[in-house]
Amino acid sequence: MQNTKNMRIPDFKLTVPVDQIGVEERAARFRTRSIKKESKLFALKLALQMVDLTTLEGMDSPGKVRQLCNKAMYPYEADPDIPKVAAICVYPNRVRLAAEILKGSGVHVASVATSFPSGMGTLESRIEEVKYAVDEGADEIDMVISRWAFLKGEYNYVFDEVATFKEACGPAHLKVILETGELETYENVRKASDIAIYAGADFIKTSTGKISPAATMPVTLVMLYAIRDYYLKTGSKIGMKPAGGIRDAKTALHYLAMVKETLGADWLTPDLFRFGASSLANDLLMQIIKQKTGQYQSPDYFSIG
Amino acid sequence: MSEKELTTRQNLRFDELWAYDPAPESPDYVKIEEQYNLFIDGKFQEPASGRYFETINPANEKLLSRVARADKSDLDKAVAAARKAYEGVWSKMPAKERGKYIYRIARLLQERAREFAILESMDTGKPIRESRDVDIPIVIAHFFYYAGWADKLKYAFPGVDPRPLGVAGQIIPWNFPLLMAAWKIAPALATGNTVVIKPASSTPLTLLRLGELIRDAGLPDGVVNIVTGPGEIGNAIANHPGIDKIAFTGSTEIGRTIQEASLRTGKKYTLELGGKAANIVFDDAPVEEAVEGIVNGIFFNQGHVCCAGSRLLVQEGVADELVHKLKMRMETLILGDPLDKNTDIGAINSKGQLDSILGYLTDGVESGLQIYQTKCQLPEKGFWCPPTLVENVSQAHRIVQEEVFGPVLTIQTFRTPEEAVSLANNTPYGLSGGIWTDKGSKIFKVGKGIRAGVIWANTFNKFDPTSPFGGYKESGMGREGGIHGLLPYLEISQ
Repeated sequence: MQNTKNMRIPDFKLTVPVDQIGVEERAARFRTRSIKKESKLFALKLALQMVDLTTLEGMDSPGKVRQLCNKAMYPYEADPDIPKVAAICVYPNRVRLAAEILKGSGVHVASVATSFPSGMGTLESRIEEVKYAVDEGADEIDMVISRWAFLKGEYNYVFDEVATFKEACGPAHLKVILETGELETYENVRKASDIAIYAGADFIKTSTGKISPAATMPVTLVMLYAIRDYYLKTGSKIGMKPAGGIRDAKTALHYLAMVKETLGADWLTPDLFRFGASSLANDLLMQIIKQKTGQYQSPDYFSIG
Repeated sequence: MSEKELTTRQNLRFDELWAYDPAPESPDYVKIEEQYNLFIDGKFQEPASGRYFETINPANEKLLSRVARADKSDLDKAVAAARKAYEGVWSKMPAKERGKYIYRIARLLQERAREFAILESMDTGKPIRESRDVDIPIVIAHFFYYAGWADKLKYAFPGVDPRPLGVAGQIIPWNFPLLMAAWKIAPALATGNTVVIKPASSTPLTLLRLGELIRDAGLPDGVVNIVTGPGEIGNAIANHPGIDKIAFTGSTEIGRTIQEASLRTGKKYTLELGGKAANIVFDDAPVEEAVEGIVNGIFFNQGHVCCAGSRLLVQEGVADELVHKLKMRMETLILGDPLDKNTDIGAINSKGQLDSILGYLTDGVESGLQIYQTKCQLPEKGFWCPPTLVENVSQAHRIVQEEVFGPVLTIQTFRTPEEAVSLANNTPYGLSGGIWTDKGSKIFKVGKGIRAGVIWANTFNKFDPTSPFGGYKESGMGREGGIHGLLPYLEISQ
């Protein structure tokens, strides 16, 4: 797993400086990348394979989750060339159902846990929730950090909770949601990323999707820099998942350009990059069909939900 | 193994998987005439000599057009037209009417921005991303900004009576042809002067198109006159008795001869010359953004920038990490067709300039310098130089002392802020400088110590019409931009 031999845990009281204007300018530069023709089709398909198809509502009935699982496996059955998405992402009490439907399909089952989205449960209950979701069949856990502790400067508390949940995950992958919309500054985002990574995160993730702003390109870029620095130090590759607010294919392609030009081609895989989204999948599908046929189809031709 | 060594052990792969397909702007969007005449007295006129010279696209060496070669008699005609316009119309017109004409130029440029951007990239070799997002927008901003001053000069200089000088002679370089023309034409017109302007012979096309636009905007005949031709015409402008003021942007060498000529003939003058700016990165700097600023500082416009951050001074504690990240970033720079929207690095402006840059590099190799270039493929046709770093150099090296005017960055380390300032100032130039640190007080302390006209903090190569620009020492005389930029075009009396 991780190359802990060379790992020296940084002092989280120290701040890695981030220049707000500079990082926002750099992120905006990726929006000027013009992705055309074959490179566009390649990226659209890749982006679709990176989608964590998500439903996280109090009204998520078994029927709704069943529909979503089928969409994950066959986003557009009319064209067998269209790839599957990476995973579906649900609440713990829908994991068993999703795991049954998706068994053998290659689509992962991700579950939010640890008192998502606020993280305000007791540590014990949050650990229990992780174990429950894994027992039910989740192979990826999306946890939330205690933002109250982070903002209070109790970095060791956050470090320890991530490490604890990582242990509770067992074989399942751990994605750590920083909820960057509540951290306010890029330097906080960087610090929270470092804490999560050094504490054992397999992925770091921007947002729950319940707080605005959710994922933005500059925030994601700051997190990619944290991932890159960790890789340069240790040789271990951590994944990245922007979630919330990425709705159209064009934005997704600009995110991919940012990943490629920051971390290189190795990160252009669902194993290391995901989009947490619901409506993005359909726009990607529409654009793929447009790219292949030269014509836009009506949204009525694509399954909702 | 120390942590520092570990940081530079891994590398990233940028060259494989998912290369972007070509996304070029269409050159057909711009109609280029086979031949261009001189713009004198509101009309395009054939040169007296009947001779024309060629202007090519430096990215593919293809002929773009043929441009009139002016001689002394054409210049006399242009100066006479400018004088007539000055005395007859422009200086007599109510200032707010002058302002309206300048606003009109700005608005027309805004409408035709895409056309000007494409043409600028074709004639200079600069990437369309820059001409579209930097050159042309700032050109427009300058005309809007100075249009506003036209009827407010009394408020810019209260208690005195600001009056125009007469005919301004202006000489433009090839690195930012339209932008430098805007920097000079806009304040000259706003202050009530008329203009005789000469573009560089390798990049005349956007200024000639601006001539068409000025004609279409209905400016009175002779207010702006454009003469194209070789360097001697520039010299003749500097020496012309009918010209009251010279504004020159270009090399320090030619700047000296212009200065001598101006002094001899009693003209006012402003000179914006070379530079060898230090970009200073302290160990508490935001490293990722500093890397971006270094790239923007030296590779913007292929390094053909007088205020380019061509000397990187980096504090020893952060040097390894910074240079490693800079090299990784350089691998992602896309070099190629200037009209492609994804191109980061365009063509070198001319064969002569390329030879000069390569001369510095060959000399450097001979004297044992450590040269690093990115692995990018160079196109077969045209003039190209990959982004280049020169490591482990000292103040004694020619490449550190002289202005290379290409995509070549020298790297030196320092230990203390004081050492950084003394290295930064150890140059005959003093145009610009950059400071990267998270600590505000250090910005002010170090910034005060550097003798340069512009200091950027945690950014680089930012331009704004409201901000004065100009150099210390051999980087020039006078200021362009802002309120300061009005002064060289005015006679001030109590």
